[in-house]
Amino acid sequence: MTSESAALSSSGAVVERPGLRFSLANRLLPPILITCILVGAHLSFGVLESYTRTGLAIVTAIAAELLMARLTYGRWPHPASAYITGISVGILVRSPFLWPYALASLISITSKYVLRIKGRHLWNPSNLGVSAVLFLAPASVSLLSIQWGNNIWPMVVIWTLGSVIVWRAGRLHISATYVASFLFFSFVRSAITGNPWLANVAPITGPMYQLFIFFMVTDPKTTVRPFWGQVAVVFMVALVETVLRLSEVVYAPFYALFLVGPTALLIETYLEHTRRKAATV
Amino acid sequence: MNPSRQSTVDGHRQRLLWVVWTTLLVASLVAVKALDRASSGGAAGVVAGAGRRDQADALARYGFALEEVARRSGVDYTHVAPVFDARLAHIMPQVASMGAAVAVADFDRDGWQDFYVTNSGEGALNRLYRNQGDGTFTNVAPDLGVAAVNRTGTGVSMGAIWADYDNDGYEDLFVYKYGRPELFHNDRGQSFTRVTDRAGLPEWVNANSAVWLDYDRDGKLDLFLAGYWPEDLDLWHLKTTRIMPESFEYANNGGRKYMFHNRGDGTFEDTTAALGLESRRWTLAVGAADLFGTGFPDLFLANDYGISQIYANRGGKRFVDVSEETNVGRTPKSGMNAAFGDVFNDGRLAIYKTNISEPGVLVQANDLWVPKRPGGTGRAGGTTAAGAAGRAGGTGGSGPGEPALPAPRAPGIVEFEDLASSVGVDFGGWSWGAQFGDLNNDGTLDLYLVNGYVSAGERSSYWYDFAQIAVGHSAIIGDAQNWPAMKGRSLSGYQRKRVWLNDGVGRFTDVAPVVGVTDVYDGRAVALADLSNRGVVDVIVANQRGPLLIYKNTVQPGRHWIDFELEGASSNRSAIGARVQIEWNGQVQLQEVSGGSGFSAENQRRLHYGLGSASTVDRVEISWPSGRRQTIDQPAIDRLHRIREAP
Repeated sequence: MTSESAALSSSGAVVERPGLRFSLANRLLPPILITCILVGAHLSFGVLESYTRTGLAIVTAIAAELLMARLTYGRWPHPASAYITGISVGILVRSPFLWPYALASLISITSKYVLRIKGRHLWNPSNLGVSAVLFLAPASVSLLSIQWGNNIWPMVVIWTLGSVIVWRAGRLHISATYVASFLFFSFVRSAITGNPWLANVAPITGPMYQLFIFFMVTDPKTTVRPFWGQVAVVFMVALVETVLRLSEVVYAPFYALFLVGPTALLIETYLEHTRRKAATV
Repeated sequence: MNPSRQSTVDGHRQRLLWVVWTTLLVASLVAVKALDRASSGGAAGVVAGAGRRDQADALARYGFALEEVARRSGVDYTHVAPVFDARLAHIMPQVASMGAAVAVADFDRDGWQDFYVTNSGEGALNRLYRNQGDGTFTNVAPDLGVAAVNRTGTGVSMGAIWADYDNDGYEDLFVYKYGRPELFHNDRGQSFTRVTDRAGLPEWVNANSAVWLDYDRDGKLDLFLAGYWPEDLDLWHLKTTRIMPESFEYANNGGRKYMFHNRGDGTFEDTTAALGLESRRWTLAVGAADLFGTGFPDLFLANDYGISQIYANRGGKRFVDVSEETNVGRTPKSGMNAAFGDVFNDGRLAIYKTNISEPGVLVQANDLWVPKRPGGTGRAGGTTAAGAAGRAGGTGGSGPGEPALPAPRAPGIVEFEDLASSVGVDFGGWSWGAQFGDLNNDGTLDLYLVNGYVSAGERSSYWYDFAQIAVGHSAIIGDAQNWPAMKGRSLSGYQRKRVWLNDGVGRFTDVAPVVGVTDVYDGRAVALADLSNRGVVDVIVANQRGPLLIYKNTVQPGRHWIDFELEGASSNRSAIGARVQIEWNGQVQLQEVSGGSGFSAENQRRLHYGLGSASTVDRVEISWPSGRRQTIDQPAIDRLHRIREAP
């Protein structure tokens, strides 16, 4: 096996990082974690809208991934990444209809094959998928926006497990930076709006943010490569989120990542291209 | 093939696929927009060209028209909201957002429907409007002793329900409050006597809902009272600000529930624990109906901040929580209404529960829980035989000339499925009260819904702050101090109402603006009643901090109807729980006499059936709460039938 590390990804990413060994456990850890979160939360609190809806999101994502990879590249992809995309959509999207689940998954997976530049896709797939249905179908779709119960322990377990896994994947700095930035900007927002600080902190105690922090902002395929670049980008995500929140945009983190993520990738791609060109000359 | 040619072919193929995938992605985005427009009612749910024209136009198009006539009828009443402890001042509009209620009854037995409306300011007076029979109403509450129930220190009214608890032939009045509940005995329609203390009711309950029912079928009406806030909380004198729900969707720190068993001597016994009715959910509406065909009334609880609940009545001895088995208790929402209706004319009672939908923030959608047929779906099939599943089985003997009752069925639990989206009654904004009734006498039950939470600043919204705090852990959301100040902002305010017309084949269309419903007050309670004895149902709407509205209904001539007023003998005299199923023109419609439904409301006791153009009714079957069954063949139409149960 080549020396790779598989970081958290909802885009089918396997990040090549010399020195870190690929293992089956690393590749399967994210799907296992997110499945545990889902099953635990549903058995404890019945969080799923329905099995049908979540199942539809997962099946659509995997089917789309298999079909598109086979037709485009002539190979069968590992379904783990599509599974994470599907399950993320299934957890995050809230709608009384079936179609938003299928469409969000479809948009997520399709985007990986369409919205590309220099071989990289620009958006985190599930971020793009849920942002698209949220933006285009506000009357039919909302996002998971409530607390899963009131017991502190499920939250502690999720945060601990999530932290361990992103640490193993070498991306804990991204999650940690985001959390620190969010808390800092919560103070800023309180100072500006006069709202209680705890009111501004409240969202990060919910499951939506747990998914966002552990499964979206850490996606290796849609983050820049340098360590400090990753820190800077995720700080920018929190900053843009703050601006959006001050404009009272409810789903600010998703839109912030939607805006900042591709911008950072484009800049990185441009700089790499410029460097290569200079080296060639 | 040489490698360079292979590479070229692969390149072409990938470009072709890129075009295909791009097309697919763009098509998906277009589809999202189209589906959103369709599902939100933008295209399908509201009549094309909706807008008030004139009554003739509405009559021609939909067979009825509504006209607001409150002031003209002598009803000039505006609800006053409560003002709680100053520590809640920053969020007062939302914590003091309920209390406008209306309950209909013919309290003086003069044949005309009267109604009681509640006020919620300390010292504000409730009103009892006596129907003068000439299209006007007179407030007689002060004279009859049911006005001053909001005295400082006793709490304020949240709603009221009528029922003849002592079987003397006159409807008595129960007022539930954030405070001390009150029971008034009706003294032959001439006055009311406060009997709260003797009845044995609790000192303080913070309730938003109650229902009369005879849960053990002993012929005496019992009372179910559902707490919202915890009962040890005095909202005017807070000891702590940690009073809010512990979660937006999983809260279990609300008020307790009470079942008061009627002893028959003017006193009530708390049988809640013995019956297994232990819930701490934040109940906003409750309804009672025989949902499983056992002959005993079951309970449906629409809970805020959590799942709904169905308590199945086990022979009047115990209630069992079957919320999950029936499916209604699987998805937590913000339940605010409990109304029952045979929407498909097949003898099955569906449950309508309202919730919250705010585009771009929270899309819960309202629920229409329809009982599934064995081996099938809940969708209308149009066969009368299917109605048998919903008919009361009942126990007990039969009266002379009455058919024997079937043997009691084993308590079977029926699954329900939510068909609100399928039939088009899912999106109603921040929905509150709703009632089923045949507004145009076409033979199918329509649905009238009111909505709107807090209408304040027209250009400012509290939704962002609300959504932010709502996701917080209990340590945050549970403390009122952590809630951002509302600062005069609206929260789902100025919403247009819904008048959903049932087309009889499984689709409802919102015709509100065309038929004359254009108000945007913060609606709470809806009650339906034939206020002029014309064979049509009029609509009374109680608005929070707003005027009481009376929509007088005009139905296109040539549409027939039939009404029933029941009086129990062995059963409770109000006949609450009696089921009347009529068969006509190859279809059936089942209705059940209710002791309170909707949100903070009670319809007229009289059952009203539109018949469309049919000139005969084949058969009427009455299942009394006592278990007796009575049939009437080919009753006269276009008239009210007063039927007394055989002793």
